[in-house]
Amino acid sequence: MALPLLRVDNLSIRFPTTEPVSNLSFLVNEKETLAIVGESGSGKSLTALALMRLLPRSAKPSGQIVFAGQDLLKLEERRMRQLRGKDIGMIFQEPMTSLNPVLTIGRQITEVLQLHERLPAKAARSRAIELLDLVRIPDPQRRIDDYPHQLSGGMRQRVMIAIAVACRPRLLIADEPTTALDVTIQAQVLDLLDKLRRDLSMAVLLITHDLGVVAQWADNVVVMYAGRKVEEALPEPLFAHPLHPYTRGLLAASPRLKNNYHYKDGPLTEIPGSIVSAAGEKGCSFRPRCTVAHDSCANAVPDLFVPAANRLVACPYHASFAEEANVALVN
Amino acid sequence: MTSTELNDYAGHSGTRVRSPATEKHQPEPLNPQWNNVRAPDSRVKTSNALAAVPNKWRVLKALIHNPNAVCGLVFLALVILAALIAPLIYPGDPLAMVARPFLWPGQNPAYPLGTDSMGRDVLAGILHGARVSLFVGLVATALGLTFGVLVGATAGYFGGWIDDLLVRLIEIFQTMPSFVLLVVMVAIAQPTASTITLAIAIITWPTVARLARAEFRTIREKDFVMAARSLGYGHARIIFLEILPNALPPIIVTSSVMVAGAILMESALSFMGLGDPNVVSWGSMIGAGRELIRTAWYLTALPGIAIVFTVLSLNLIGDGLNDALNPRFTQER
Repeated sequence: MALPLLRVDNLSIRFPTTEPVSNLSFLVNEKETLAIVGESGSGKSLTALALMRLLPRSAKPSGQIVFAGQDLLKLEERRMRQLRGKDIGMIFQEPMTSLNPVLTIGRQITEVLQLHERLPAKAARSRAIELLDLVRIPDPQRRIDDYPHQLSGGMRQRVMIAIAVACRPRLLIADEPTTALDVTIQAQVLDLLDKLRRDLSMAVLLITHDLGVVAQWADNVVVMYAGRKVEEALPEPLFAHPLHPYTRGLLAASPRLKNNYHYKDGPLTEIPGSIVSAAGEKGCSFRPRCTVAHDSCANAVPDLFVPAANRLVACPYHASFAEEANVALVN
Repeated sequence: MTSTELNDYAGHSGTRVRSPATEKHQPEPLNPQWNNVRAPDSRVKTSNALAAVPNKWRVLKALIHNPNAVCGLVFLALVILAALIAPLIYPGDPLAMVARPFLWPGQNPAYPLGTDSMGRDVLAGILHGARVSLFVGLVATALGLTFGVLVGATAGYFGGWIDDLLVRLIEIFQTMPSFVLLVVMVAIAQPTASTITLAIAIITWPTVARLARAEFRTIREKDFVMAARSLGYGHARIIFLEILPNALPPIIVTSSVMVAGAILMESALSFMGLGDPNVVSWGSMIGAGRELIRTAWYLTALPGIAIVFTVLSLNLIGDGLNDALNPRFTQER
């Protein structure tokens, strides 16, 4: 297999008092969608910002982020600026506030084209109209002179996507791109992202907490908990046989994966407790909430085990779950 | 909801409830019956959206619909006109003695506003004085604004030690009584129109800088600034093309009041005899007439009225701009 487009190796992000991301490693291959899943506070968004080198000043990242053969953490700021928006695009969570309210959307799209592709104004404008058409904004010739507040949330997110893909990036980071949108629009936006990924042959790093999104649109899944990778798998095996207790809890707590679930059928199962800071915590960070925790879990951070091909899990007791799953399958 | 009710809403029973489709063709009623159907928040949103168009034409429209601002604009236009035509009507030196002294306004039709103690034409003085006042007001504001915005933007955008340093600089200027500083600077330098302008700019920039800094500090935290950084924009591009347009409304409003302030400061300097002795200005006319206020009060009153109305018009424009551009009326910045 060819070299991966993005290789993150032992990425840790350290703040003066905490370490919200530690020893995170993953790969993104060309043209594939990697989903990073986890609840709020698990370090997903910080990871995305670290990839763009846009972390707050007090954060100190360490490890390696190798994008197309160059280590982004060692790159000088000027080179990094050329990379942002050109080779790596990013979409943010809040389409309502991520567009500049006093500039027309056309101006915001053409600006990035003029900066990175050195297009003259006229060519940039016609490219912008094409891009708006590409993200399925109706009547782009007229819409291009609209201000962001004249567009709906879904349209604004599509404009954000148009800006992010304007220079045909090789990697698109989508940080919870659909969280702020309503459900019918979510599917449209994700379909659009998927179509663009194939049309423009980019890789997508999809950051989400929505397991439904992962099941439908990801090629590979990384589950994060408290700044660590706890499980990595292809989506089908992950949903069929989750191995880490956290992943199992997440899936059990997710209503749409049960058949015809209705609230009258009783409460959903939940993971007891809440996410705790990994700082000062010895051993497995999920231990306080884990239903199957052993005493030994408190001693050291569990290693990543390889129970099957293309699969990683950070729990030494994963085998028992696999067995359970097999039993369930046999029954 | 029962099925009959549903039928009613669909308009099958005809008369009682109008269907939304027919209602569309009706002219908008002042007091729509279907209040419950059009969600109130959607209506608020539209009106907000209209108010938020950051479009210069909309601002102009809002300004024209404000009678106070129109008064201000009209009077300012008159002052500008006076400044422009002064050399055409009175091509000579307005400081030249042209008639016998103490002609009262209306006494001699050739000198409609009379003459002063030295026989100088008051109307010529006021018209030429408008040139000086406007020049000082506009140029001093432009200089103060440029420097103030640069300093404030840098401090607010970068934060950290740059901010600390620049805020100390601003505070140094703010701890000194500004008019005293102005008098000292003008007294040290030669009092010419340009040194006075520069001195006024030096004492006014800290106000703008503080304002710009506060704006930039708020706006730099916005998501769209992060989005701009994620597109590889450099600091200068983000400051001037992304943040500055958002920070402009309060700065524009302040600048109109700054022009008025600068005109007043120049007048005050001239009144104290610290103005440029070679040009006539409203302040110097008042200063020259103040000893004669009991015998020839028009010598102080006429240029005084010119100052009052010019400053008032600028303040009215500032108020109007404040209403037209005020962030409170824009839904989100």
